[in-house]
Formats: sequence, structure tokens, C-alpha cells
Amino acid sequence: MKTGARILIESLQREGVNTIFGYPGGSVLPIYDELYDSSIQHILVRHEQAAVHAADGFARASGKTGVCLATSGPGACNLVTGLATAYMDSIPIVAITGQVPTSMLGNDAFQESDITGITIPVTKHNYLVKDVSEISRVVKEAFYIAGTGRKGPVLIDLPKDVNTSQLSAPEEEPGPVVLRGYQPTYRGHARQIEKAIGLLREAERPVIYAGGGVIESEASCELLELAERFGLPVTTTLMGIGAIPCDHPLNLGMLGMHGTEYANYAITECDLLLAIGVRFDDRVTGRIETFAPHAKVIHIDIDPAEIGKNKPVTIPIVGDAKGVLRDMLHLLEKRESNSAWLARIRTWKEKHPLKYRDDGLLHPQFVIQELSSLLDGNGIVVSEVGQNQMWTAQYFCFRQPRTWLTSGGLGTMGYGLPAAMGAQVACPEKTVFDIAGDGSIQMNIQEFGTIAQYDIPVKVAILNNMYLGMVRQWQELFYDRRYSYTELPSIEFVKIAEAYGIRGMRVDSAADVRPALEAAIAHDGPFVLDFRIEREENVFPMVPAGAAINEMIGGHQQ
Amino acid sequence: MKTHTLSVLVENKAGVLSRVAGLFSRRGFNIESLAVGTCEEPNSSRITIVVIGDDAHLEQVKKQLNKLIDIIKVSDITYHDHVARELALIKVNAEAGSTRAEIMQIASIFRAKIIDVGTRTIVLEVTGNTDKIDALEKLLRQYGIKELVRTGRVAILRGAKTVASEK
Ligand SMILES: Cc1ncc(C[n+]2csc(CCOP(=O)(O)OP(=O)(O)O)c2C)c(N)n1
Repeated sequence: MKTGARILIESLQREGVNTIFGYPGGSVLPIYDELYDSSIQHILVRHEQAAVHAADGFARASGKTGVCLATSGPGACNLVTGLATAYMDSIPIVAITGQVPTSMLGNDAFQESDITGITIPVTKHNYLVKDVSEISRVVKEAFYIAGTGRKGPVLIDLPKDVNTSQLSAPEEEPGPVVLRGYQPTYRGHARQIEKAIGLLREAERPVIYAGGGVIESEASCELLELAERFGLPVTTTLMGIGAIPCDHPLNLGMLGMHGTEYANYAITECDLLLAIGVRFDDRVTGRIETFAPHAKVIHIDIDPAEIGKNKPVTIPIVGDAKGVLRDMLHLLEKRESNSAWLARIRTWKEKHPLKYRDDGLLHPQFVIQELSSLLDGNGIVVSEVGQNQMWTAQYFCFRQPRTWLTSGGLGTMGYGLPAAMGAQVACPEKTVFDIAGDGSIQMNIQEFGTIAQYDIPVKVAILNNMYLGMVRQWQELFYDRRYSYTELPSIEFVKIAEAYGIRGMRVDSAADVRPALEAAIAHDGPFVLDFRIEREENVFPMVPAGAAINEMIGGHQQ
Repeated sequence: MKTHTLSVLVENKAGVLSRVAGLFSRRGFNIESLAVGTCEEPNSSRITIVVIGDDAHLEQVKKQLNKLIDIIKVSDITYHDHVARELALIKVNAEAGSTRAEIMQIASIFRAKIIDVGTRTIVLEVTGNTDKIDALEKLLRQYGIKELVRTGRVAILRGAKTVASEK
């Protein structure tokens, strides 16, 4: 007869799981014992937060569902930030936690926490499994829920006795998943799609606004075809970067708070906004009343709750982006050219490109451009949160989906290093960079230990300004340069790396940037680069919170 | 702003109520009343939720509820012909003598049942819509209400129409 732990491992194998990121403890000992001689690879992180971020990075890079494992109580609680991160960005994860034995549930037992209660708001769904006979079905449901519809994290809480007890009857493979309350709509409504086509035909100044939903539904090719066939300029959200090649003539780059001037102008003047897999986040829209004020809006999303949540929509289309775009491509043959509009956009692009001072000093944007040209559209770039994230979004040239991983919705500092680790495990043949701030890297710097132990060849590029840069930028602009608790002392990151057994290099001048990056790429193990950048560099353009997106500081006035 | 009555069919599982209640508090939706119990469908419960808001607000409430895996169906029956009831148990001061007779008279006018009589108190059971119960409560207040408990509202469509899982 099989134990619960055994059934769990077999159920995971049935789902095609080959890697788990985790951290052991008393209540998951039965699971660890099963893992000991199973074919599933387990990576021992140094903090459970890293386990869930690594599963997240694994999922974003590969398109599969990431898996992490933690013990009860403190272990489970350490997953919360990572679950919230994945939830905000709709990333499929299955998190497994240990729990105290069922007989002790609710007794404030040692290392007990009500993790299902705690994680209701940050998971798509969660389970407390009370009986060994439920495990295989629950695992199957969890993967199904995590990876379908609007994707997201699902948690399974397993009491210790459920893992040790044996199934009395021989185990059967669970049947097909039947969930009365969960039936995502994939096909877009035909009539709505027709109406959308009608609007697209009439529009004189159309713009596509594409987001993470395009990446998750693997709809990049369809997006590109639609854009090219009908001459539609495309701007992406932070999460949508990579959905269309950076250097494509129709690409307007990112929009919103740190978006390009031309994207924000185009949104402000467009008469038709085709929104795909986006959620009209406040970092994108600025003051919502002034976002695309002249536009009719077509909104395609798998989650009906996103449609009309923040902005009224002319034509709602609930469905999977890929399928809906395909249907649109079938219906629309060719469209009148909107060359005047494209010409106007081209002028904006030429006149107001992204730019930074070119004075030979060590600017972070330069570091990113150099990395971009070295990787030449290959590799995976993960960011931490803050200025480093925005500079990467602005200056790195992404050509493909799933090559840019970042915590968009929650903005989680400390995401980058463990997520890069997960991405590297998912894609061993690719060069994976974590672009970090000196603040963020210290939020999960203990993972140097993990990448060293397993020789996960992640490269870390720290843009070290000795500040919590993005917060300092706000203090500079909106708090009269009163740098309240945002200065960080100088740290020798190379020495920290070395202490973990990782090679590193400090870079103090612009001339050394390229050779240092080349050395890191050439090295076949993890590598840490400490770039001592201009300390008070800012991310521009910037839309102040609550302003309209065409009211940017650090840009031209139109 | 308008009072809406939602009839919500859910899986009869542990924790469903806390998911629903948590969703309301987290998203800043105000629950006016909530009543839950098993129903005609096997393994299901029906929750009647009363919530106040404009149409856009209600649209979000419904959509967010629908996203919960354990929620099978959400129906806003506000604009459909329906009957709604609440139940209240009211313990009122009633010394033997004339007040007691008066209270019994009021009870009969309101079709409230007397379900307990003590030496100094009477317990009334009343069902009806919110207004009726409010009115009775107001009348009884003059005698001194010692304790009052009310259920949330339950509601059902009139006629043959139902809000079952299949249409
Ligand atoms: C966990 C967490 N705490 C706080 C913040 C708020 N925050 C946003 S950006 C930032 C500064 C980041 O500094 P650093 O990592 O050095 O990056 P830089 O902006 O300098 O590139 C802070 C503190 C956050 N996003 N996440």
C-alpha cells in the first residue's frame, strides 16, 4: 500500500514535474524521504521565499507550471510574498506545504499556521487535504487550475499524518477534472469579434496595447501578424515586453509611468485601443480619465473580471488571446493604410527617443545596452525591482516572449536572483542574467549559496548606486531631496560572492563594462558583477503619480 | 446606489464561506447581509448575499465571486420577480398583565409567533421582509427588547424560474 507522500510524488510525476524548489522541515519529512530516491530533482534553496520565486522564474521561462515545497508554519509563511508575486502576474505555480497532523489542527501546535486561510487572497485556489485518498485528485486539480484560464498559483497543504498514512485500497489514477465552478471561456464570442473587426476597419489612429496575457497565452506570433498585416502600432506593458520584437518598426516600447514618450503620446491620441491581455493597471494608465481619452476600446481577456474593471470598454471579448487573435486574422483581410498616423508616430519616435547623458561616465543604461548587444536577443534577463527594473525594460532589446522576467504587479524586491535561478534550471542552455539593484540583491542574497552549490550559471549584474535608487528618485523629485533612509553603505559584493565560492568582478568605469560582461558570459558558472554606477541617475521619462500619461517629466513637451 | 440581492450557488465545502466573506472585505465590497444553507442540489449550498452598490460595482462583485473555484453560479435576482424573507427572534420584556396582552396583540397583527413565555419575558418569532421586521422591532422597543437576533435575507424567484446551476 502506498503512503500519502508516495502518492504525492507519483501524482507530481504524472504532471510531468521534474524539478522542485524547496526547503525541508518536520512536517514534510515523509515527502523528503520519498524524494530521496525519486527521479524528481530537488533544489535546496536557502529561504522559502526563494523557492517560490524560483518556481515562478521556472514557469515564466518555460511556460510550464513551477513547483515549490515548504514545511508547515514558518516555512509555509515564507511563501506568501512569492505567491502574491505570482498571483499578481498570473503565473502558474503549485506550492506544496506541510501541515501539523490533522488531530492537532487548530490547536496552535508547534509550527502550525493556517496557511490556507493566510493565502486565500494571494492564490487562485488552495486546498487543505484531510485524507490520503484525496491527494491524487487534488494534485491533478491544482495543476489544472494553475495552468488554465487566467493562470495563477495554487497551494496544497498536506498534514503530516496524511503523508504517512496508507491508502487502504489500491490507488487509481484520478479521472478527468470536473469542477462545476470553474469553466474558463477560451473562444471569443463570434459576434463581438466581428464588431471588433468593424471598429478596426474604421479606425484612423489605432494602437494595440498588449500585456502579460499575450505572453501567457503564447499569442506573440498572432499579435505580430495582426500588427503587420494591418499596420497597427504596438505598445506593451512591463509584463508584455518580448511579445513583439524590440526593434520592430511597429513597436512603441513600454507605455505608462516609465514608458516611452511616443507610446504615451500614441495612447493619448489614438481613436481605437485594442487592449490584449492587460488589466489597465494604474502604473500604466496614470490618471484613468485621461488614458486614451478619444479611443473606442476593444478589450480581449481570459478573465471577465478584468474587462471594464478600470476603464469602460466598447467591445469586450472574453477569451484566450491566441484564439481570439486567430479568429480576427481569419476575418480581416486587409485594412486601409493608416500611413498618416504611422508617419506621425515615426516623427515622435525620431524626435523623442529614450536617452541619457553621454559623458563617458558609468551610466546604468549603458551597462544594459552593452549587455543587450552582447546577448543579441538571446538569453533570459530577470530584474529586481526599482530603477534597475525600469532601465532594463527601457534599454534592453527583447526579441522573444519568455526572455524577460520581472515582478510587475507586486514589485517584489528580491525576486530577481531566485527567479533567475529558476529560469536557468528550466533553460540550462541559455545565458541568464539577473539585473539587480544593490538594495534588491540583498533581499535574497543568500541564494548565492544555492547557485554555488548546484553550479547554476546565473550571472548577476548589480547596478550599484549605494541607494535604494527608485525611492531616492521619488525623494529627489517630490520630497525636496530629503533622502530619508535610502542611502546604503558601500558593499563589496565581489567578496560576498567569493565567500560563497562564486567569481565576481567590480567595475568602476564605462570602458570596463564590455570586457566585464564578456568575462561573465564566457565563464561557465555563476558570476557576480558589481557596477559602480552614477549614483543619482534617474529613470526618465516619468509620469508623476496621478498625472496623465502624456504629462511626463524628463521628456519633451509635445 | 441600490440594494442588490445575489443568489449564489456554491460547493458545500469547508472554507467556502470564508473565501466569500474574505473576497468582500479585501475588495472593499460591503455585505449588508449573508445567509447560507444547504439546498436542493447535492453537495451544494446556496448563499443569499445582500450588497449595496451601483451597477458597475455590482458587476465587479459578481465577476470576482465567479472567479472563486468553489462558486458554481452567481445570479443577481434584484431585477427579477422574487420573494425575500428574514427571520427574527425577539425577546421582549412582558410582565404579567396588560403589557403582556398588548404584546400578544401586536404579535398577532404581525403574524409573529410566540415561541416562549417566561415569567417576565416573551420570545417572538417573526418572518418577513426587512421593513416588516423593522416595524415590529420599533413597536416592541417601548416594552424593552432584551435580546434580538436576525438572520440574513434569503430570497427565491417567483414562478417556475430557478437559479439552479444549469439553465
Ligand atoms: C520587498 C520590497 N520592499 C520595498 C519595496 C519598495 N521599493 C521599491 S523600489 C525600492 C528601491 C530599490 O533599490 P535597489 O534595489 O537598490 O534598486 P535601484 O532602484 O537602486 O535600482 C524600494 C525600497 C519593494 N518594492 N519591495
